[in-house]
Amino acid sequence: MNFPILSSLILLPTIGALFILFTKSTSEKYQSSKYVALFISLANFLLSLYLWYVFDKNSVDFQFVENREWLSGFINYKVGIDGISILFVILTTFITPICIISVNATIKNRLKDFLIAILIMETFMIGVFCSLDLVVFYLFFEAGLIPMFLIIGIWGGERRVYSAFKFFLYTLLGSVLMLVAIISIYWITGTTDVEKLYELGIKAEYQNLLWLAFFSSFAVKTPMWPVHTWLPDAHVEAPTVGSVLLAAILLKMAGYGFIRFSLGLFPIASENFTMLVYVLSLIAIIYTSLVALMQEDMKKLIAYSSVAHMGFVTLGIFTMTQQGIEGSIFQMISHGLVSAALFLSVGVVYERHHTRLINKYGGLVSIMPRYAIVFMVFTLGALGLPGTTGFIGEFLILMGAFEKNILVAMIASLGVILGAAYMLWLFKRVVFGEMNNQDLKSMKDLKTFEIITLSALVIPILFFGFYPEPLMNSIESSVENTLNMYNFDLINNLASKD
Amino acid sequence: MENIQYILPEIFISISIMLFLLIGVFKKNSANLIYNLSNISLVVLLALIINLSSLDTIYLFNNSYLIDNLSNYMKIILVGSGIFVMLTGSKYIQVINLNKIEYPILILSSILGMMIMISSNDLIVFYMGLELQSLALYVLASFNRDNLLSTESGLKYFVLSALSSGLLLYGCSLTYGFSESTNFDQILINSTEFNYGTTFGIVFILVGLAFKISAVPFHMWAPDVYQGSPTSVTLFFAILPKIAALSVFIKFLYTPFANMIDQWQTIIVFISIASMIFGAVAAIGQKNLKRLIAYSSISHMGYALAGLATVSNQGIQSSITYISIYLVMNLAFFSCLFMLKRKDKYYENIDDLSGLSKKHPILSFSLLIVLFSLAGIPPLAGFFAKFYVFLAVIEQSMYFLAIVGLLATVVAAFYYLRIIKIIYFDPEKEKYETSHNLGLKITLTISTIFILAYFIYPSGITEIVSKITMI
Repeated sequence: MNFPILSSLILLPTIGALFILFTKSTSEKYQSSKYVALFISLANFLLSLYLWYVFDKNSVDFQFVENREWLSGFINYKVGIDGISILFVILTTFITPICIISVNATIKNRLKDFLIAILIMETFMIGVFCSLDLVVFYLFFEAGLIPMFLIIGIWGGERRVYSAFKFFLYTLLGSVLMLVAIISIYWITGTTDVEKLYELGIKAEYQNLLWLAFFSSFAVKTPMWPVHTWLPDAHVEAPTVGSVLLAAILLKMAGYGFIRFSLGLFPIASENFTMLVYVLSLIAIIYTSLVALMQEDMKKLIAYSSVAHMGFVTLGIFTMTQQGIEGSIFQMISHGLVSAALFLSVGVVYERHHTRLINKYGGLVSIMPRYAIVFMVFTLGALGLPGTTGFIGEFLILMGAFEKNILVAMIASLGVILGAAYMLWLFKRVVFGEMNNQDLKSMKDLKTFEIITLSALVIPILFFGFYPEPLMNSIESSVENTLNMYNFDLINNLASKD
Repeated sequence: MENIQYILPEIFISISIMLFLLIGVFKKNSANLIYNLSNISLVVLLALIINLSSLDTIYLFNNSYLIDNLSNYMKIILVGSGIFVMLTGSKYIQVINLNKIEYPILILSSILGMMIMISSNDLIVFYMGLELQSLALYVLASFNRDNLLSTESGLKYFVLSALSSGLLLYGCSLTYGFSESTNFDQILINSTEFNYGTTFGIVFILVGLAFKISAVPFHMWAPDVYQGSPTSVTLFFAILPKIAALSVFIKFLYTPFANMIDQWQTIIVFISIASMIFGAVAAIGQKNLKRLIAYSSISHMGYALAGLATVSNQGIQSSITYISIYLVMNLAFFSCLFMLKRKDKYYENIDDLSGLSKKHPILSFSLLIVLFSLAGIPPLAGFFAKFYVFLAVIEQSMYFLAIVGLLATVVAAFYYLRIIKIIYFDPEKEKYETSHNLGLKITLTISTIFILAYFIYPSGITEIVSKITMI
């Protein structure tokens, strides 16, 4: 396998962006740049599907590894994927074309710049999930801030400047400590290559501090309570497509980082801090669900529900059980699809009625029947009804949690009920009920491109909800391997203490 | 006299200066001619230095003059950035009527002084070079003599700089008194035992040097001088004296005072932390871009000094890498500043950038890249500069310095973001002129591409710098 398939996957969107940058579009609407962007992102999606096809699902090793000299001798550019990361790569390449199709509904000015920003963003997001070197990971992880800052700031709503700054500074503050930790790891072990670090292991005495440094970055990005406050602001002010990217993929970087780095590199510290993560996750689940109940703004409600769902993810990861981790990964993929879909759905009505306040809507079912159906599927997906992807993720996480700590699992189960409450209530207020607002009557049902994007999301949500096997197959052996290494390290450490 | 060929660059530039002076006296209206000739002579000078750089370490004139990897590299980036400074400023000085014969000649003399500073291996030679560059800089700062701010900045710089030179000289004399030599190597040999005289000498010399590099708490002159001087001179101030001063810093710390690391390490750590924090915090409220970049360069010098505080070759190399990337970022930033021209007037307030991105997409994009790079966001060059420094700092387990430094970058990111916000998110203003001279365009293009594409081949500079070893 000599063809650098992962690097092409990473670089293709950037090449597309450069192409758009240097072509002059004659028409005002920049239709041609949009087609170029769509073509590039679809090509990337197909490439990632091909990757999945040739990917050996039974192997626990990293595949398609590329290792090139980069920082003269001491840090290499290293990328590779295993069963976990390939799902996130596909999620990224799947969501990006959907974003690009939805662009013309939401972005009125500077479309060309927007497309460039999205494509550059795709490069960074794929890079995060592929990198097998801590410095390369950090580079992609941080670089994503630049396009996202611009997406929120240029194309956002009224308080966009405040939100963009909050997003940028929160994330940067969390991440600089991770940089200190990465450099410390380099000097402690002599490498930042993840595979080598898995073999070498890091001495127990350093693990706690390093774990906390990584945690500070991932906790902000996840986001976990109490550093979640940037997320509602960013979501509300970002344009629809920005919210979709943010919710569907950016938040997953942290969950992925927890599995790959926190568990993989610092097993002893992870064990020590399990209770901390449990408590923060439970607070996130219960508290943000309650907050979500009270929201009047649709986007804000979905943003808070994201925090709650990510609370389940962190809870599942730190149960350190096969079910818990698989459930978390599944939940992340599911949330990636469902939250993207929900934000797009909000975008649909916002586009027509120019408000996101829930009480301005009502009775949409009679004038927008198609919309009501897809929105219902997404609502049920978000609350975790059996038959949607949301159910499988939450179910597995709770199974894992019951195995480890019954109290934690019971409290978390309450979150499922609360989740059902706020999602159904939202659905009831927007879609059912009396149509008090006469302006709503003029609203048209879904346009063609909206049907395309939304049904593209309905299909995987239902398909994998009934038949999760393909996804589970892909992650099973990698998760098992991660857990084996984790337990092996723990036992070794206990043995060395005695 | 058989070693005369090794100081050919210095001789060449001295002769050029005198020749240009003569041309200026005898030929009327020769300002443009001399400007162009000076630029050519800088290119020749660069070629001469590069030609010498393949040689080993050479001591000249009773060991008082030293040519080694450090001095060669520093001279190359010094003269190289000098060329770009001249290229970018050529139109500017014509527009604001400063195109006089003295201007390029003063710049050349200042560069000569810096070259002597960089190569000096003796207190007296060092002081001579320092004064030569300072005298030229005093005049340059107040070169726009009809402008109140410019004369004020010149005077301020003169008074404070003279004070610091006095302190420096006092430090030199103390060092000489207690170590019985003015030669750096000899001082090293004679100062193996602790004594208060040399320690005081170190403190005074470091104060003087910190002043030249505008590190906190000796930074007070920088904002006023940056703002008051003509922009082309500000650019000069922002880059060249810092290269020379950093080079001298490295030399002083690791040659004559290498036995007294315990005495100076704390001072450098303190100066570094204070500069990083102060530069970041004080820049937040600024309205003038030149003043803002003054504070920004204060904090950047803090990072460069953090590398020196580590007492390791890795740290010294990281500082040198830092200043190399820093100078490119500054060149790019000032090139953008020179482009904010409308009807023969240059604009330099942050508000003047409002909504720039709508009518000047390429200029705004360059500024965006430069500002994110100054803030140290990957994958731009500025990130690698900081990365190398922190790599060296953490190697020596100086975690406090590393964490403070990184937290300061977050604060600093705020004011860089504020400029980006004004460029990209705010309502637009009148259009600026779009025709610029070629030198300016070339400088901006090269520096932006350098910053943007640095991550593709980051080992280029590191490999050259890794030859510089002091310990």
